[in-house]
Amino acid sequence: MPGLTATANRVNDFVLKFANVNGTGSASANSLIMKAIFRMGVPVTGKNYFPSNIQGLPTWYEIRVTRDGYAARATQVDIMVAMNAETYSRDVRELASGGYLIYDSTWPRSSLLQRGDITVIAVPLAKLVNENFDGVRNRILLKNIAYAGVLAALIDVDLDVVAGLLNESYGKKPKLLDSNSKALRLGYDYVKQHLTSPLPLRVEHMDKTRGHIMIDGNTAAGLGCVYAGATVGAWYPITPSTSLMDAFKGFCERYRVDPETGERNFAILQAEDELAAVGMVLGASWNGARAFTPTSGPGISLMNEFVGLAYYAEVPCVIFDVQRVGPSTGMPTRTQQSDLMLCAYASHGDTRHVLLFPANPEECFYLAVQAFDIAERLQTPVFVLSDLDIGMNDWMCPDLQWDDAYRPDRGKILSPEELAGLEKFYRYVDRDDDAITYRTLPGMSSKGAYFTRGSGHNQYGAYTEDSAEYQVVLDRLRRKFANAPKYLPKPVMVGKGGNDVGIVSLGSCDGAIREALDVLGRQKIDVDYLRVKAFPFNNDVETFLKSHSTIFVVEQNRDAQLKSLLTLETAVEKSKLHSILSYSGFPMTAEPIVSGIRAKLAEAPRLTAVPRKT
Amino acid sequence: MSYINKPKVAHPSLPTNTLGMTRRQYEGSMSTLCAGCGHDSVTAAIIEACWGLSMRPEQLVKLSGIGCSSKTTAYFVGGSHGFNSVHGRMPSIASGANAANRRLTYVGVSGDGDSLSIGIGQLVHVIRRNVNMLYLIENNGVYGLTKGQFSASADIGTKAKRGDVNSSPPIDPVLLALTLGATFVARSFSGDKAQLVPLIQAGLRHNGFALIDVLSPCVTFNDHEGSTKSYTFTREHYHPAVEADFVPKAQEIAVDYAEGEAIPVSLHDGSSVILRKLDPEYDPTDRTAAYNYIETKLKQNEYVTGLIHINEADSTEFHNLNRTAQAPLNSIPFERLSPGRAALDKLMGRYR
Repeated sequence: MPGLTATANRVNDFVLKFANVNGTGSASANSLIMKAIFRMGVPVTGKNYFPSNIQGLPTWYEIRVTRDGYAARATQVDIMVAMNAETYSRDVRELASGGYLIYDSTWPRSSLLQRGDITVIAVPLAKLVNENFDGVRNRILLKNIAYAGVLAALIDVDLDVVAGLLNESYGKKPKLLDSNSKALRLGYDYVKQHLTSPLPLRVEHMDKTRGHIMIDGNTAAGLGCVYAGATVGAWYPITPSTSLMDAFKGFCERYRVDPETGERNFAILQAEDELAAVGMVLGASWNGARAFTPTSGPGISLMNEFVGLAYYAEVPCVIFDVQRVGPSTGMPTRTQQSDLMLCAYASHGDTRHVLLFPANPEECFYLAVQAFDIAERLQTPVFVLSDLDIGMNDWMCPDLQWDDAYRPDRGKILSPEELAGLEKFYRYVDRDDDAITYRTLPGMSSKGAYFTRGSGHNQYGAYTEDSAEYQVVLDRLRRKFANAPKYLPKPVMVGKGGNDVGIVSLGSCDGAIREALDVLGRQKIDVDYLRVKAFPFNNDVETFLKSHSTIFVVEQNRDAQLKSLLTLETAVEKSKLHSILSYSGFPMTAEPIVSGIRAKLAEAPRLTAVPRKT
Repeated sequence: MSYINKPKVAHPSLPTNTLGMTRRQYEGSMSTLCAGCGHDSVTAAIIEACWGLSMRPEQLVKLSGIGCSSKTTAYFVGGSHGFNSVHGRMPSIASGANAANRRLTYVGVSGDGDSLSIGIGQLVHVIRRNVNMLYLIENNGVYGLTKGQFSASADIGTKAKRGDVNSSPPIDPVLLALTLGATFVARSFSGDKAQLVPLIQAGLRHNGFALIDVLSPCVTFNDHEGSTKSYTFTREHYHPAVEADFVPKAQEIAVDYAEGEAIPVSLHDGSSVILRKLDPEYDPTDRTAAYNYIETKLKQNEYVTGLIHINEADSTEFHNLNRTAQAPLNSIPFERLSPGRAALDKLMGRYR
């Protein structure tokens, strides 16, 4: 946490940052170090700050070694591996007082960049690599592995663990294994021979990662789609959602191809644009397949028209919105939670949609599965609102679990036998008085045939311009939405619930909030925390809002969109809600939450005077 | 399809198909289009074609976008599921529906506004994707529902009802489809049922994307003197080049055709199309030649009609390329789709 000096002896609690040029293969070296620390039983987070570019621009990778298992980004950098001359000055500036700067001393360093309060560690990386390897590309790649070796020595990463990882990656390619192992040793041995190691900031074996994995949210969501039984995926490539479909495809090729015939139990359609992608999802879902599309904000903007059709014609539809920075093209490789309003009321006319808010990759997996159940049960679009931080960064999560007894909830689909028992089938008649009507699938029976339309229709599915007939359907859709929470995941409550002060938040703010709660707790400030997992809001949200007098709404956008949704869709008094916002494009840290709450409570002494209820 | 509501009871002497169904049983709800609309004739041709094929109504899926033409999917085969989607986006609905169940027969009905303006991107890509469906464009050169604006298929020099003359070049869906490598491209006229019905039947049975551009005059907004999409103009400038006879699977090819003039083409389901060349110069199996022929005739103000191009052998139909399971994807048991707990436990090792 802020305030700690880097010089203190800090085992398993510090931040490493790598400054690289993108397209140079640094990602494998960075994840090698992260994975090695994870395998030593020490919790880590990894955040990739990359440009919207393929080669030549600055990129950073940040590893937080966190014995307490915090999931959020830290606020300070203790060790900077400065491998990019272009960003060198800002990288040096970013380092915390007492921190360590590692640079490639093959070339002289500008004297303008001196700082008296940091320790500079010079390693002639290019020279070492050039003396030992041939080929320009090869040298660039192996220089990364060499600095991984330097770090391993400096922070005391178990070299056997690193060697084991290299073995797994290159075990079948002896030449690559050999060169990578050699490069690793070059860096490691240089430190051991010429420098004092390890640093006071170092890693020690722990046992806190057993039963855990490191996985990104897009991979977990893609896997969830496979486990949910989705067979049709349609998409248009867009950062940061692309890897979700890549993952789905990879898992399908592994699990869904008949080993004998080569036949595939899935179809992936790369559409011409997002309009078509969501149209394909509607077509497939209407026809009885579980179908989905992954996208990001700009894609949702394009999908609006079809989303309205799906809402009104009641076609199930699962959309993953891996949110990035808007408005417009915005910053495609930065994270934000700024599509809440866009998704909640997408499309023209009176429309409201179900939203799910995973907080980490683990929830991406489970909520992906649930999204299909909800979409089919409610016959409506369901948005899973992940974000770039969750979707593209590796998070430490408990092993994913699966219950073989699970069977999908396909909702109210009439079988041919059930149809035969009916005198006549009508698509939109509320037979069960639960606002959810029965549908039929094409190909089953002409008795179940109906005409799906986005134009005005009555409960019998026929075209209408009659006000009363139109309103019967529209009013039922409102009731269906009001009933939706009973099918949706409940909010998560942290704390005893007896405090006056509460936090309401969602999604990837979770890590930062939990860390902030610890810090505040140490300062004798107790705060309850409720994380919404779905929209429309559950009654528990209403109760929480009612029972707390001061509520901080924490979210990652400029316009307080969650707060807007709360004021629009609950009975909360607007003046009770105070926003804590982060919209820099970088994942949220605990710092603004701690300082925001402290500042507000200082303004209102009555609140700080409330004794701690334990 | 009918302007006047007909009684529901069918006369026992009405002819039935091999399913024992009468033509009436392939009708849909009553048409709300203008009396004399070309689209109603196309609807009648679809009914005739489906009846003639003895198609089970539930086997057919009807798809459309927005516009007068797109309304017509409600007017035929009432026993089929229909999806009237949004303007210009029917191809994506068709692509997704077809992905979910490859066993059904898909027919999309669109118009020149729906297909050549707002939806041209989706049309282009559904051709490229080679989705197995019949795609009918009811082409009248105007926007009917918004009262007579030119569409993208309006010819240079054609006159609107209010007197405007179009100066922008038309987009011809037949040339477009040929350029994109469509494997079944036809043009017909709503007033020529004898030509249109076998084309629809062949298009429904073609293994891949089949496009039929049907000149279908708008009696209200584009049937006047000076219009190049009127009934009169179309009849005068109509050039049948290749007639197609559809021969169902069980039937033997009994008719004699003069050698060199008839080309039999077998369709994947065992039925076939006999192409009769009315113009001996014409070869419907040669895409480049077809393109040149159509373009030359268009410059002479002649609409070439008939089965302009077919390539059944070289069909790169979507599911063939995808190697999709033969069973419809929507019918595969969950147990075969979800890898289960043991597989997940094993997979976790990859992420440690």
